[in-house]
Amino acid sequence: MPDKIRVLLAKPGLDGHDRGIKVIAAAFRDAGMEVIYTGLRQTPPMIVDAAVQEDVDAIGISILSGAHMTLFPAILEEMKAKDAEDILLFGGGIIPEEDKQELEKIGVAKIFTPGTPTEEAIQFLRRTIAERKK
Amino acid sequence: MYSKNLLEKLKARLAKWNETAEKTRQKKSKPRFFTVSSVDIDELYTPRSVKGADNDQYYLDHIGLPGEYPYTRGVHHTMYRTRLWTMRQFAGMGTPRQTNERFKYILKSGGTGLSTAFDLPTLMGYDSDHIRSLGEVGKCGVAVDSLADMEILFDGIDLSRVSTSMTINSSASMALAFYLCVAEKQGVPFEQVRGTLQNDILKEYIAQKEFIFPPKPSIRLITDMMEYCTKNVPQWNTISISGYHIREAGATAVQELAFTLADGFQYVESAIEAGQDVDEFAPRLSYFFNAHSDFFEEIAKYRAARRIVAKRMKHKYGAKDERSWLCRFHTQTAGCSLTAQQPENNIVRVALQALSGVLGGTQSLHTNSMDETLALPSEKAVKIALRTQQIIAHESGVGNTIDPLAGSYFVEALTDKMEAEAEAYFEEIERRGGVLECIEEGFFQREIARSAYRFQREIEEEQRIIVGVNDYIDEGEEIDIPVLKIDKQVEVDQVAFVQKVRAERDEAAVKAALAKLREVARGSGNTFEAILDCSRAYGTLGEMCDLLREEWGEYVEPPSAMVAS
Repeated sequence: MPDKIRVLLAKPGLDGHDRGIKVIAAAFRDAGMEVIYTGLRQTPPMIVDAAVQEDVDAIGISILSGAHMTLFPAILEEMKAKDAEDILLFGGGIIPEEDKQELEKIGVAKIFTPGTPTEEAIQFLRRTIAERKK
Repeated sequence: MYSKNLLEKLKARLAKWNETAEKTRQKKSKPRFFTVSSVDIDELYTPRSVKGADNDQYYLDHIGLPGEYPYTRGVHHTMYRTRLWTMRQFAGMGTPRQTNERFKYILKSGGTGLSTAFDLPTLMGYDSDHIRSLGEVGKCGVAVDSLADMEILFDGIDLSRVSTSMTINSSASMALAFYLCVAEKQGVPFEQVRGTLQNDILKEYIAQKEFIFPPKPSIRLITDMMEYCTKNVPQWNTISISGYHIREAGATAVQELAFTLADGFQYVESAIEAGQDVDEFAPRLSYFFNAHSDFFEEIAKYRAARRIVAKRMKHKYGAKDERSWLCRFHTQTAGCSLTAQQPENNIVRVALQALSGVLGGTQSLHTNSMDETLALPSEKAVKIALRTQQIIAHESGVGNTIDPLAGSYFVEALTDKMEAEAEAYFEEIERRGGVLECIEEGFFQREIARSAYRFQREIEEEQRIIVGVNDYIDEGEEIDIPVLKIDKQVEVDQVAFVQKVRAERDEAAVKAALAKLREVARGSGNTFEAILDCSRAYGTLGEMCDLLREEWGEYVEPPSAMVAS
């Protein structure tokens, strides 16, 4: 039996729309993962510090406000500065295709857009984290 | 309504009918027959399903006539035959200048009211050059830092002729103050200024989470503004008590109805406690509901809302002015129902949702644009959304008669059920110590999260079909509708502008006004008057909110509200 996947979920920026991230949190938990939801208005340093401290396998970010092109790069930079690049960063929200491609190019493992089944995100995490641990 | 004789005969007929129906009942076209809120619906409704079916007085007391207590059938005597609903399209993005152009476009296209979307820094009380505003300026609404921005936003728009709605809550006092200052500069007396402020902080704690201050000082900001407007801006709707966001966060129709009205009654109680007369402020209260995809459920919700509000305002709060009994409301179609897949299908979803709002007797309506799950709406998508309302208004004929679905066994039974279930929630909220206690304890938040998760499970288990999402999928679909992007330059320009405003104003006057606001915040004067003076002196929204943050503290969500399900 492999170790339980540990995921930190957070909402950065000023956006308060937390329906999606709570649904994700519940689905991950039901799928047997350990979920730490840090809540709203987390700054990139807060998120990365918490992720390092909690020794998580992945960080999941939800942004619906349109600030994704500022916040994802800021989190990536913070991960680099804190030597936390082994943690998988993924996210979701209202993110146009063009931006999604750009973010996946600069180091976000995956961006999930509206309508994605939670099962797809769960499978993605299991697969990718298993590969990384090999 | 129906004779005992008929009801008895019907009982016998139904028993016989049921025997035949049973033979075909084994085959089902879908696994469950339930609403978007997971409420199971009977296969048939008859006079026997209607409450008070054998009681003539029931119709008179609970359904009645439009424009008459308890207003189940509508708030006006003649509804859309006299005046169509206001087609009010929510808009705002980028700089005040860009939104001003969008406003003029909406008015030119036949929109009859304006509705302002602000960006997150404005909603959260930060100026555009604050570190927390980074990347958010002008993104999901227009950036407004000071009176100078509001002047540009309404440049060339006569405030005595247009009614403006502003979707802002924690920092609503500042937004209204800026707006009134623009009216002053245009020479429009406050008595002529018309519009609505969302200003509903309770649903922020419950659902949308754009809160700044703790509940008590937040409610003080609201009651102070209500007091000021009652005296000075009599045509202004001071609060739009909002279920929209509660629904978007995942609530069912009944939860939307119950939590929204519970919030409304909390404001009423707070204002009464603050010494205001119910009939002085209640006529200016209005509501804001979602129009989700379950057609009849939504219509029943609006009808139940009117009846509940009328009964409570009259009997519980002792309002004597008939206008205090009215649940007037704005409706917006459900953003959360729109799909990123095959986005053109959203036009159809919006049309059906809008139709339910109209059949439910809404006073104003916003129809969502088909591209909202992808980005801010493009101009073309906005126009189609507005045209949708115009087609309902002028081609469908549904406004020719008032409340045309009244008397439908199904709609009346559903309206009664909604009312009863909302009442059950009111009792539970009361038992838990009231609205503020329920917020602190995370009750609403958990109830909503649970419904949201159930909905998602129903989709993934294919109990519920969403066209294009879990069925009728276009494999390898490429989205080819234009997507509006906000230029990075917007933030740069807005940051420079607020700094210019600060550099050019009379600093002594600002300091004095801010000092006065601090004094009032600590004491007991009217905060709105002090905010108005700060605004006149070009004090910024961020300066005012920072000061109040220092005095009142910031609200942090309790862990019990963050639980997923």
